[in-house]
Amino acid sequence: MNQLEKETVLDVRRLRTEFGLAERPLVAVDGVSFQVKAGEILGLVGESGSGKSITLRSILGIVRPRGRVLGEIFWKGRDLVPLDEGALRRVRGREIAMIFQEPMSSLNPLLTVGLQISENLAAHTDLDGKARKARAIELLDMVGIPAARNRLGDYPHEFSGGMRQRVMIAIALASNPQLLLADEPTTALDVTIQDQILRLIQALSRDLGMAVILVTHDMGVVAETCDRVAVMYGGRLCETGPTADVIGDARHPYSLGLLRSIPRDVPPRTPLYSIPGAPPSLNALPAGCAFTARCPVAGPECRDVRPGLAATGQLRQVACHHREEALAHFSVREAAQ
Amino acid sequence: MIESVQQTATPLLSIRDLFMRFEKRRSLSDTLAGRPRQVVSALNGVNLDVMPAETLGIVGESGCGKSTLARCIAGLNWPTSGDIRFEGESVIDLKGARRRGYNKRVQMMFQDPYTSLNPRMTVRDTLREAITVHRMREGAGIDRRVDELLDLVRLPDGAADKYPHEFSGGQRQRIGIARALSLEPTCLVADELVSALDVSVQAQVVNLLLELQDNLGLTVLFVAHDLRLVRHVSHRVAVIYLGAIVEVGPSEALFSKPMHPYSQALLAAAPSLDPTARRRAPALSGELPSPLDIPPGCPFHIRCPHAAELCRRAKPALRPVGNGMAACHFAEAIGGA
Repeated sequence: MNQLEKETVLDVRRLRTEFGLAERPLVAVDGVSFQVKAGEILGLVGESGSGKSITLRSILGIVRPRGRVLGEIFWKGRDLVPLDEGALRRVRGREIAMIFQEPMSSLNPLLTVGLQISENLAAHTDLDGKARKARAIELLDMVGIPAARNRLGDYPHEFSGGMRQRVMIAIALASNPQLLLADEPTTALDVTIQDQILRLIQALSRDLGMAVILVTHDMGVVAETCDRVAVMYGGRLCETGPTADVIGDARHPYSLGLLRSIPRDVPPRTPLYSIPGAPPSLNALPAGCAFTARCPVAGPECRDVRPGLAATGQLRQVACHHREEALAHFSVREAAQ
Repeated sequence: MIESVQQTATPLLSIRDLFMRFEKRRSLSDTLAGRPRQVVSALNGVNLDVMPAETLGIVGESGCGKSTLARCIAGLNWPTSGDIRFEGESVIDLKGARRRGYNKRVQMMFQDPYTSLNPRMTVRDTLREAITVHRMREGAGIDRRVDELLDLVRLPDGAADKYPHEFSGGQRQRIGIARALSLEPTCLVADELVSALDVSVQAQVVNLLLELQDNLGLTVLFVAHDLRLVRHVSHRVAVIYLGAIVEVGPSEALFSKPMHPYSQALLAAAPSLDPTARRRAPALSGELPSPLDIPPGCPFHIRCPHAAELCRRAKPALRPVGNGMAACHFAEAIGGA
């Protein structure tokens, strides 16, 4: 409701992340701009290879040294892009924390969970040993691990997948971050456990006023968790807006197709809408719109002229040359069904 | 339609009291201390009928035994006890030529398109192997059949002489389908066939499966965790919890009005696409108990919001409730039948 009044904590402008030779770079993220406000959950949706994880990693500079990050990333008014490793490290984990998809491979299997939490506390706070232990118990308690006091001495393999993800979140929260970057935090988990973790992230964001960027490929996760959503395709943003608006009234042909391919309100066992073709590879992106090859309404200019992200409503932005045609194309299909 | 079939036709597959136990290896210290061997009970008395030409969806959390059930049916795991009848004949003790005959008629398709194909064999070699081993065709007929199969799953001309790495994930799953179809099976077991694929590609493979099933009159066991997809493709759906079926019934009835409290929680936990239907509390607390130590009585009573004294003592049997069957003492009251 009062989203508009809250301050913008992260302002990403024309982010471009490339890999490989400078003469023939692979551009994983190309001209991506978005903002996140305090206490807001932004969903970044896209298929594998769309650049959503690289966008997240570029914010913290963990794509370097192989990746080159260009553009501006203003974190509370300060640009993170030109910072060196030492300066970035003071932001990373302290003000901005990150959780990953695979909780088993992100935790150290040889250290107890208690040690891994206090390691982070020692790095980012002035607490002494005793206070660190108390805080570690408090954190495990907060993320919903039963009998937290008795579990500090346990190793990661003694926890289930969902519990490990909770431990990861506890470690991330140790330094009271103002921004949490969550890279597919529930993809490896069952729906019932996914549901528990997402409700936890939501509650933490609401209660602690923490901003969250949630990367996912699941529109359902976005619908249930995020305040705003940005849809990515081929390393570029194709549509942004409040979750309910984008899901209820998508405007970009890719988002329209993606939502249409999810079975809902269609007679059982009828053919589903499917986007023809396969996602593009990074070394074969056209100069224009990345979706051209699979788009049902693409015109001759789409291949060569890149559509900019243009405002279509108060909070909506869409990058498409043929918005009216796209809407007409998909509403005809709707009427036919 | 299926209900009427059910009463008249004999089931294609009939599974009775199927148990599958895996013994864990004892560690040296356990042996010395004389502790008993630990046993993982993956299947705990599964009873299930599969009708000819129907799609039966199988859903449940990871570790509930749905893949083990699929593998037992496909003959890849040997059940500890119980019976699987195919067209009225028990297949548990089949040997030699009759075993091969059964294996030919029930074919499995696997989850991971990247590991289920031999990377050093061309598509032609992969399909030829299946065709020659089972003597489906002779001489020049083999290559004709390969082309026919690739046409059937809509792979482009010239695909036959390529290697798996030259294909996308969706195309590899098509190769897996072609390999299964090469033996002209009666029944296909699809274990998470599209889970590894991007959403926009999933629809293509699902459409292909539906079309092939209708054209060839195939019976399909569709094991998946994506409930929306299962609802769309299945005539009937079975819900598994800790190695036993807790509910089975016609797809629409089960999804619109689940009778078992576990089915209810599972459906509620799945992310919906409706941003207005948000919940603050998770649908189901706690986690799946370890299959090393299955609780007595109703296996779900630990997590069940309706659990009563009876549930802790007596294990409910799968019995007719409403349009389907449910294993719950209070299914009528809980499901509102």
